Amino acid sequence: MPKDSIEYDTPIGDQVAYTTCYMCACRCGIKVHLNDGKLRYIEGNRDHPVNRGVLCAKGSAGIMTALSPARLRKPLKRVGPRGAGEFVEIEWDEAMEIATSRLAHIRATNPNKLALFTGRDQSQSLTGYFAQMFGTMNFAAHGGFCSVNMAAAGLYSMGGAFWEFGEPDWDHAKLFLLFGVAEDHDSNPMKLGLAKLKERGAKIITINPVRTGYSAIADEFVGITPGTDGLFVLSLIHCLLEAGKIDTEFLVRYTNAHHLVIDAPGAPDHGLIARNKEGQPLAFDRTRRDVVSATAIDIDPALLGHFTLPDGRIAQPSFALLAARYTDPAFAPEQVAARCGIEAATIRRIAEEIAEIAFNQAISIDQPWTDSAGRAHKTMTGRPVAMHAMRGISAHSNGFHTCRAIHLLQMLLGAVDTPGSWRYKSPYPKSIPAGPPPGGAKRNENGSLTSAPLGFPTGPDDLLVDDQGEALRLDRAFSWAAPLGIHGLMHMAIAEAHAAGPEKIDTLFLFMANMAWNSAMNPSETTRMLTDQDADGQYRIPFVIYADAFFSETVPYADLVLPDTTYLERHDCISLLDRPIGSAHGPADAIRAPVLVPDRDVRPFQDVLIDLAGRLRLPNFVDQQGQKLYSSYADYMVRHERKPGLGPLAGFRGAAGDVPGRGAPNPEQLNKYIENHGFWQYHLPAEQLYYKHHNQAYLQTAKAMGFIDSDAPITLNLYSEILQKFRLAGEGHGTRVPPERLRASIVRFMDPLPIWYPPVEEALSDPVAFPLHAITQRPMAMYHSWGSQNAWLRQILSENRLYLHRSLAAKHGLVDEDWVQVTSRNGTLKCQVRLMDGLNPNTVWTWNAIGKRAGAWALAKDAPEARRGFLLNHLISEYLPASEAGHRASNSDPVTGQAAWFDLTVRLEKCAADTNPETEPSMPDLEAPFSLNHPIILRHGAPEPTA
Amino acid sequence: MKPANSVLLLTTLTGFGYGLLAWLGAFAALGVLPHRVWLVPICMVLALGLASAGLLASTLHLGRPERAWRAFSQWRSSWLSREGVAAVLTYLPALGFAGLWWWVGPDAGITRMMGLFAALAGLGTVYCTAMIYASLKPIRQWHNQHTAPDYLIYALFSGGLLLAAALALVSAPLALAASLALASTLIAGLAKLAYWRFIDRQTPLTTLASATGLAAFGTVTTLDQPHFTENYILREMGYQIARKHAAKLRRLVLLVGFAAPALLLVLALAGLVPGFATVLAVIFAAIGLFGERWLFFAEATHVAALYYGRPS
Amino acid sequence: MTSLPQPLPGATKLGLVIDLDTCVGCHACAVNCKEWNTGGHHAPLPDHQPYGAEPDGVWFNRIHSYEAEAPGCGGRTVNFPRSCLHCEQPQCVTVCPTGASYKRAEDGIVLINTDICIGCKLCSWACPYGAREFDEDAGVMKKCTLCIDRIYNTALPEAEREPACVATCPSRARHFGDLGDPDSAVSKLVAARGGVELMPELGYRPTNRYLPPRKAQIATPPRETPMRAGTGVGSALLSLLDKVLSR
Repeated sequence: MPKDSIEYDTPIGDQVAYTTCYMCACRCGIKVHLNDGKLRYIEGNRDHPVNRGVLCAKGSAGIMTALSPARLRKPLKRVGPRGAGEFVEIEWDEAMEIATSRLAHIRATNPNKLALFTGRDQSQSLTGYFAQMFGTMNFAAHGGFCSVNMAAAGLYSMGGAFWEFGEPDWDHAKLFLLFGVAEDHDSNPMKLGLAKLKERGAKIITINPVRTGYSAIADEFVGITPGTDGLFVLSLIHCLLEAGKIDTEFLVRYTNAHHLVIDAPGAPDHGLIARNKEGQPLAFDRTRRDVVSATAIDIDPALLGHFTLPDGRIAQPSFALLAARYTDPAFAPEQVAARCGIEAATIRRIAEEIAEIAFNQAISIDQPWTDSAGRAHKTMTGRPVAMHAMRGISAHSNGFHTCRAIHLLQMLLGAVDTPGSWRYKSPYPKSIPAGPPPGGAKRNENGSLTSAPLGFPTGPDDLLVDDQGEALRLDRAFSWAAPLGIHGLMHMAIAEAHAAGPEKIDTLFLFMANMAWNSAMNPSETTRMLTDQDADGQYRIPFVIYADAFFSETVPYADLVLPDTTYLERHDCISLLDRPIGSAHGPADAIRAPVLVPDRDVRPFQDVLIDLAGRLRLPNFVDQQGQKLYSSYADYMVRHERKPGLGPLAGFRGAAGDVPGRGAPNPEQLNKYIENHGFWQYHLPAEQLYYKHHNQAYLQTAKAMGFIDSDAPITLNLYSEILQKFRLAGEGHGTRVPPERLRASIVRFMDPLPIWYPPVEEALSDPVAFPLHAITQRPMAMYHSWGSQNAWLRQILSENRLYLHRSLAAKHGLVDEDWVQVTSRNGTLKCQVRLMDGLNPNTVWTWNAIGKRAGAWALAKDAPEARRGFLLNHLISEYLPASEAGHRASNSDPVTGQAAWFDLTVRLEKCAADTNPETEPSMPDLEAPFSLNHPIILRHGAPEPTA
Repeated sequence: MKPANSVLLLTTLTGFGYGLLAWLGAFAALGVLPHRVWLVPICMVLALGLASAGLLASTLHLGRPERAWRAFSQWRSSWLSREGVAAVLTYLPALGFAGLWWWVGPDAGITRMMGLFAALAGLGTVYCTAMIYASLKPIRQWHNQHTAPDYLIYALFSGGLLLAAALALVSAPLALAASLALASTLIAGLAKLAYWRFIDRQTPLTTLASATGLAAFGTVTTLDQPHFTENYILREMGYQIARKHAAKLRRLVLLVGFAAPALLLVLALAGLVPGFATVLAVIFAAIGLFGERWLFFAEATHVAALYYGRPS
Repeated sequence: MTSLPQPLPGATKLGLVIDLDTCVGCHACAVNCKEWNTGGHHAPLPDHQPYGAEPDGVWFNRIHSYEAEAPGCGGRTVNFPRSCLHCEQPQCVTVCPTGASYKRAEDGIVLINTDICIGCKLCSWACPYGAREFDEDAGVMKKCTLCIDRIYNTALPEAEREPACVATCPSRARHFGDLGDPDSAVSKLVAARGGVELMPELGYRPTNRYLPPRKAQIATPPRETPMRAGTGVGSALLSLLDKVLSR
C-alpha cells in the first residue's frame, strides 16, 4: 500500500515579510509568507504589542481580500449619467490632471468648496493636514458616525477614552463591566484580555441588549433596553453614594470634585469654576477654614457645603452638585428598573458587587512612584473594577452623557488608571482639552488654515458659526447643533451637500467610505441626492471624486474614481499623530510596507494625495521653489515634521536611529521598522505604569516624547466647566449665543454633569406605532472589514436575519426563517427572522453591512448578500422629523453630532406565506466597471503542476 | 441520509441478483429445480447481470471510481471492503454452478454442492452490504437488529419473485417457487412494518445536549450555523423528509412493493396468467423496493446533523 | 491500514482542548485553519462558487453557536468550534475499504491518504461529529490533520509547532498537547475544568475535550450597612465626607 507522504521539513514559503493588518481597524502585526511571489499564509506576529501572535478570522482571510475580484484596476472617468456606472478607463496622468485643475480652481476661489471626507482610513493625520494646508474646514473622517461620543466624553472628562485610547487592566481587574460591546475596534487585544480575566476567575458583567460575542462568555448578562445605559449607570452611582462607597481621597487628589463652582443662578458666571488671580481653581480647606487654591497639596478640601469667596460670591464644591443630583430618588433602582428593563434588585446587587471589589478587595502593588506634586508613594493602590464601553453607548443620541456617566462612575470609585481598573494607553492621557480648537475661522497668508480642521472647542468662541450662529461647516460640526463635533458628522456630508446647506460646495472628495450604501443612513435617499440635478441639469453636488480599492456601491456615483491598492501593496503609518496603537505599557506605532507589487494600474491613496498636494503647491508639501517635498508617502513618513522633531513615526528617530519619540528625522527609519518586524514600542518603566494623569515621571516622559505640551498634572473633569460655558451661552450670556431655536436644547444638553434623557429619535416617535428597538452589530468575522468580496469570509455570513426574542416571536406567530415586514418612521423593509433567548425582549437586531446591492463587490447578481441580505439603514434617516418651523435637525447626539444609529424604533408584521422570498427594498442592479472573470471553483494553494 | 440513486440501485439490484442466485442454488441443492439444461445458465446471467449492474452503479457514487480496485484491501475491518471481496468471490461458485449444471448435470453432487456455495456466497454478499449500514453507529435507523436480517429478507423476496417469474415464463412447474415467493413477500412486508414501528418508537441515544457536552446547562437550541450555505455534511447527512410525506410513501411502498406482488402471486398460483402475473409482480416489487430503499435512506438521520439543529 | 493500532498504555494522544468558557465565536480558528490547510498537506481546500449564489468550500473547522437555557438560572450563548476529535475508536478508519483512512500509532492522529482514497464517503457516514469534508473537486475525502505539517515541521521555530487554530485563537480558547500523558498541561486542564467528551454514548472515545462554561461569582461577605433602599439614605455618604481628606 502506498504510504501517505507527509512533509515534515517544508518551509511555509520562500519569503517572509512583516507588516500591519488592515482587514479591520485593530492594526495587528502580521507575518506574511510568500511562495514564488504569491501569498501563501498570513499569521499573527508573535512579537507585536497589539496581537501577540494571534490573528482573527478577517486577518487570516487577508489573502482573499488581496485577490478580490472587486479590486479596481485603473482610474475611471464617468461618461454616462451619474449612478449608471458608465465609465471609461483613463491614465493616471489624466486623472491627476482632472483632479488638480478642479481643486486648484477651488483653492483659488473658495477652498471651503472642497469637502474631503475619509472613511475607515488610518491616515487622518495626513488627510487632515492636506485639508488644513488646502485651506478647507470641510474635512472629517468616519468617527462622527462611529465613536465620537466615546472619544469626546472621554477626552473631555479624563483626557483619554475607551475606544482605542484605553484598556482594562487585564492582569489585575477582578470585576469587569462591559457596556454595549459584542466586538470592538480593539478586537484581538480585547479577546486576549478577556481570556486573561477568565483565567484569573474575574467576574465579567455585560450590559448589552444582545447576548453574543463577548457577552456570550460573560458571567452575567444584563439585557438592558437600548439607550438606557446612562440611567442604569446613574442608578449605580445613586446606590454607591447612598452607601458612601466612593473614593473621596481619589476625588480630591485627581479630579475637580473639590473645585468650587460659582452658585449664582442667572449670572453669567453661574456654574463656572471659581479661580484665583493666577487662574487656579479654588477649593475650601476645612483645616484652615479658608478658600485656597484647589491645586495646593496637604489641604483638607470640603466636598459639601456653600462657601463665600473672597470677592463675596457664593460657591460650592462640584461634588456637592453631583451628590445632590444623583442622590435624588429619581435615580433609585426601583425608579429606573422598568425603563432599563433590569430588575431593581439586580441593579442594587451589581452596585454592591462593585463596592465589594473596589473597597473590600482593593489591591496594592509594591511599586514606589512619585506624584505630580513630588510626593513619593511606596505602593500603587488599585480599585480592581474595570470598565469598557463602545458602540452600544456611542450610537445613541444620549451617548455622550452616558459615556460621561460611566467615566463619572470610574472616578467616584477611584478606578482610573490604577491597578485593576481601566488604564490609559500611552500616548494618553492628554490634557483637557486635548488639543487646539478647530481650524476654519482664519487662514494664513499661504491659504492654509491656522489649525487643523478638527479640534477641541473649549467654549462658544471656538465654534465655527457665522454671526447668526449658523454653522459654517458643511456637516454643521462645531456649530450649536454639535458643539463638540470633534470628529465631524460624516453622515450629514452628502445630505448637506445636496441641500447646499451652509454654502454650496463644488467637489466632494471621498476616500474609502461606502457612503452610498452601508455607511449611509437611508441609502436610497442618499443615492437620489447624489444623482439629483438642478433645474439647469447640473448635478446638485457638482463633482464627486472617490478613492477606493474596490468596486463598492459608492463607485458608480463618482465622476472620477482613483483606484487605491490593497493593504498588502502599500506603505502606511500607524502614527501617534493619528490613532495610536500604544498600550498601557507604553507608546507604540507601526508601519505597513508593501508585500506585493500591484498587478493593476492602481496607486496608494496617500501617494496620490501627496502628489496632488505637490501639484497644487500646498504649503509644506512643496519647497520655496514650488518643488514637491515628498516623492511618496514613505518619503513623507520619514521626513515630514509636524513640529520640530515630531514626525509621523516616533520610533528610531535621530541620525543614529536611537532616539524614541522626538528627534531628528532618520533616513534609515523605515529600514529600522522593517528590521524590528514593522513596529516600534517603548516600554514604560514600572513606576510610570499607573496614575499616569498625576505620575510625575510619566508626565515628564510624555512631554519629552512630545505627547503633551506640559507635564502639569491632568485633573479629571468630574464636572465639565467647558459644557457649562456653552450652557451659559444658551441662557443668553456672552457675545456668541445660539440661534433662538437651539437655545433650549443647548441649555438642556450642555449640562456640566452627566444627564440621562430618552434617545432623541425615540422620544419623537410614537411608542405605540413603533414599540420595538432596532439595533445592529458587526459580526466578529466581518467587523470593520470589507468581507463580502472575500471568498472565505462571505461563506460565514452571506445573508443576515432579524433576531427576535422567542416571546416576541410567539406574539407574532413567527418561527425561524419566517419573513417579516419591519417598519419605522422612515420606511419599510422585508427580511427573515431568527429566534433567540439571549435578547432584550423589546429589541430586534441584525448583523450590519451584510446586505449588498446586487452586482456590487463583483459578486454574482443572485448572490445571497443581495437577495436575502438586508441593511437596517433603509429604516434610518439622517434627519429627525422637521420642526414646526420646518427645520430638520440631524439624527445625532446634540453634543457631539454622533450619528444616532441605535435610536431606531420599529414595528413588525408577519408576511403572507406566499411572499416573494427576497429581501426588500431592492435597488437596481449595479454593473462592474470591468469584466468579471469569476472562477467556478477556487483552488487557492493547490500545488503547481510539476513540469 | 441523502438517497443517492447509485446506492439505491446497488442495494436493490444486488438484492434481486443475489436473491435469485440464492434460490437457484438452494433449489438446485435440494433437487427441486426443473431439469432444463439452459435454465440455470440463463438465470445466472440474469442474477449476475443484475448484481453486476448494481455493483457498477455503486462505483458512480465514488469520487475516484478509477481507484475502486483499492477497495478490496481492507476486508479485515471494513464491511464495504468485505462486500467487494464477497461480490467478486461469488462469481466463482456462481459461474461454477452454472457450468456444472450445463456440463455435469443438475443431479451431480458437485453441482448441488456448488449451487449451495453460490447461494451462500450470494447471501453472504448481501449480508456484507447490509452490515455496511448496520455497523454505522451514528445512524440509529440503520444501526439496529433489523437492518441485516431485513436486507437478507428483501433479497430473498425479490430473488424469489424473479425465480417464480423465470419458471413461469418457461412454463415450468411454479407452485413451490411461487409459494415460497409469496411467503417471503409476506415476511418482507411484515419485516418492513416491524422496522418502521421500531424506528418510530426508538428513543435517540444522542441529543444536541450530549453532542455539545452542554447537558448540564439546560435545554440546548441552535442559534447560528457556521455558514449560511448548505455544505457537504448537510447535503449528505442532513437530508430531511416531512413526516406526512414519509407516511404517504410508506403506504405506497406497502401497496406497490408487497401487497401487489402478493396478490399477483396468488393469481399465478391460481394458474391465471402466471407469466404475466409474476413478471408484473417483479416490476411492482422493483418499484416498491426502490421506494423502500429510498425511504431507508431518507428516513435515516445522522447524529452529525444535530449540530445543525436537525433532528436525529 | 484501517485496522486500528493496538493502544499502548501511556501512548501519545495528541489532541485539542477547546474552552467553551472563553470562545467568543470569532471564527479566527476556522479561517486560519482554512488558510493554512489550503496550502498544506491536503492542499487545496476548494471553494465552489466563491463569488456566486451558493458559496461552499471545504473547511476543517466550523463554528456553531447555541443557546443553553435553564429555567431560573439564566442562559448562556455558547460558541462551539467543531473539527475532527481524533478518536481512539474512530469508526471512520475501520470502515474505510482502501486503507486511505488511518490512525497513527505514534501520536493517535487520524489522517487520510488522499492518494488512495476512492471517495466512497463511507468514513463521513461513520463519523458522528461531521468532521469529514468531501472535496468534490478532487473526489476525495479530507479532514483536520491536527496540522501534521506544522506540529512536526522542523523548518518552523519550536514555538510555532502547534496547530494553526491554536496559534491564532485570540481568546486562547484552544489548547494543544498530549492527552495521553496525565501530567501534560492539557490533561491537567481537562482534569481541573471537568473537560468532557462529546457523544460519549457512542463509544468513539474522542481525544479532544471540551471545557464547559463556568460562572464566576463574587463572594460578597455580609456588610454592616447593606445597600438597601431606605436604610440611612445619605447618612453613610455624610459620615464618609466628614472624614479628613488629604489632597
